[in-house]
Amino acid sequence: MSRLADVIAARKAEGSGALIGYLPVGYPDLATSIEAAVALAENGVDALELGLPYSDPVMDGVVIQRATQAALAGGFKLRHGFDAVAAITARVDTPVLLMTYWNPVVQFGVDRFADELVGVGGAGLITPDLIPDEAAAWLEASDRTGLDRVFLAAPSSTDERLKQAVDQSRGFVYAVSTMGITGARSDVDSAARGLVSRLRAVGSTSACVGLGVSTPEQVREILDYADGAIVGSMLVKALADGGVDAVAAAATLLATGKGPVEGALGLPSSTVER
Amino acid sequence: MALRDELGPYFGEYGGRFVPESLIAALDELDAAYQTAKIDPVFQEELANLHKTYTGRPSIITEVPRFGEHAGGARIILKREDLNHTGSHKINNVLGQALVARRLGKTRLIAETGAGQHGVATATAAALFGMECVVYMGEVDTERQALNVARMRLLGATVIPVTTGSRTLKDAINDALRDWVANVDTTHYLLGTVAGPHPFPVMVRDFHKIIGEEARAQVLELTGALPDAVTACVGGGSNAMGIFHAFLDDPSVKLYGYEAAGDGHLTERHAATITRGRPGVLHGARSYLLQDDDGQTIESHSISAGLDYPGVGPEHAWLADTGRASYLPITDDEAMQALRLLSLTEGIIPAIESAHALAGTIKLGKELGKDATILVNLSGRGDKDMETAGKYFDILDAAALADEDAAAIRSGALGTGASE
Ligand SMILES: Cc1ncc(COP(=O)(O)O)c(C=O)c1O
Repeated sequence: MSRLADVIAARKAEGSGALIGYLPVGYPDLATSIEAAVALAENGVDALELGLPYSDPVMDGVVIQRATQAALAGGFKLRHGFDAVAAITARVDTPVLLMTYWNPVVQFGVDRFADELVGVGGAGLITPDLIPDEAAAWLEASDRTGLDRVFLAAPSSTDERLKQAVDQSRGFVYAVSTMGITGARSDVDSAARGLVSRLRAVGSTSACVGLGVSTPEQVREILDYADGAIVGSMLVKALADGGVDAVAAAATLLATGKGPVEGALGLPSSTVER
Repeated sequence: MALRDELGPYFGEYGGRFVPESLIAALDELDAAYQTAKIDPVFQEELANLHKTYTGRPSIITEVPRFGEHAGGARIILKREDLNHTGSHKINNVLGQALVARRLGKTRLIAETGAGQHGVATATAAALFGMECVVYMGEVDTERQALNVARMRLLGATVIPVTTGSRTLKDAINDALRDWVANVDTTHYLLGTVAGPHPFPVMVRDFHKIIGEEARAQVLELTGALPDAVTACVGGGSNAMGIFHAFLDDPSVKLYGYEAAGDGHLTERHAATITRGRPGVLHGARSYLLQDDDGQTIESHSISAGLDYPGVGPEHAWLADTGRASYLPITDDEAMQALRLLSLTEGIIPAIESAHALAGTIKLGKELGKDATILVNLSGRGDKDMETAGKYFDILDAAALADEDAAAIRSGALGTGASE
């Protein structure tokens, strides 16, 4: 029913799991952000999460804040989000999700947003500040259009709320690794493992872990118990520091975390850890 | 149902909880603790006692006839929230929430602040209860309200200047929310107005409704009748909800909220959220906000840091839509002239925020005429605004002030708050 869920399941069936990469649209400019996203898809990233820059990104740490603020200052418009999805899906098969705070969708019109996203070949939405309790219009629009909808699950969520997140999500449920915001962390909280097993207990078959993930070792560790690992700030930093080439190298490096250790390409890690 | 009985999470189509899932457990915990406290006589007694022995409640009302002559001769009565400890209405909410936080076993209070009044009140409560305190304040506001930054530091709080976005109140709220997500086990986010996700809008209103309850009885006693109108300034809307609430079900009493119109509500530089905004989602609730076509929040502008906010509490959005209250714009200059007028005619220097209510009241008095009685919420005192007012009216000895600043910087006093 969801191609995204199928892609994730296929990676899982291969004994690994999905690598999901985040980059904001319009950073450092629209064309480069499209190239960078395509580079992710061509270098081992299984699904793309494109962030729509927003004036008040409460879930984001400084790296992503800085990039999205620069994109807004550079003239980002909502329209560019759809343009980017269209350009990327024309070039690669990788499912493309938009990550967006809720107000831009409300202002565009929930139904109109869904129709437009379907029209450009987008897979669905990740909504960091929309909980299923407030999502009636989006549940309806996504059911009507078949778009994926990814809700968040947190270590602090009750089992009842985890079940709601699992039941209402399509594609995958976003397991927040830690109580916090986006940004690379040296160790991904052990809370993530516990959260995923609680999600399994309420029926999740597609749970991906994000927040703080930045190394192939962390990706490997997560794929041991989850269906996918989501990397954001580390890729944004690579783009900021070294452009599209650095993003491609970072993706290649991260993708080594999906396979057995021998699969590692031995890329100089300095390209991404500067 | 009486309008006074609205309990959220929704006011009509406004309110709700538009926050990351990580915060839901904390909001549920807070809501449960607040619901319990609300009906617990021990809690009520504790809060009432603090207000009596610490805040200085009940605050008095003051009739201002010389000011009233400039307001169409109407009978103007001020509710003196400026006389509260720490200098504004903000302390009412802060003490209530700090008591709830203590019940929850939280040891750390965080807050956003614009004018610094809410930050000062929160730092005060943290000092009183022996809690750690971190205040987020937009960098622009730390500059224009330097005195309050020093006050907070003297009270033991850490003030973090926020350098992202527009570097004002809305960005301070973003950073406070980010801090809360990461530290929710030990930390209570002491939100300073009737905005944010449920239960904040109702809880903050409930802690401020004492303003209207006292004032309603005081005006009845003084005049033998209800006022014809009640006025207040509206930033997020806490002092306005506080004084409106007791009158919501008195249909003869008109309610007026005055928004900051900066250079004018038809210019690009204002903070007139209900006048010029449209419904959307910001900081956890659906309400009116200033935004562009894409739903990006537009930066607000006001001479008053406490009103310089592009959102407004959801209950106000609902009162505006239903017509129960009216919301009108007041420019920087109108507010500053009203600030001077009250100072000259009555010997009371209001906060620039409150001066917006006074400016609106002058217009309203002229409209309603001399038979009208208008109750004004004087939400705060103007001490914090002396530099702004001094420069505005060119009555500040700039050289002396610069010397003082230089001396303070030399001694490092601005960094430690010791300059007070
Ligand atoms: C004296 C005073 N009045 C009013 C306000 C505005 O807040 P609210 O609209 O929540 O009352 C502030 C905020 O800092 C304030 O300091």
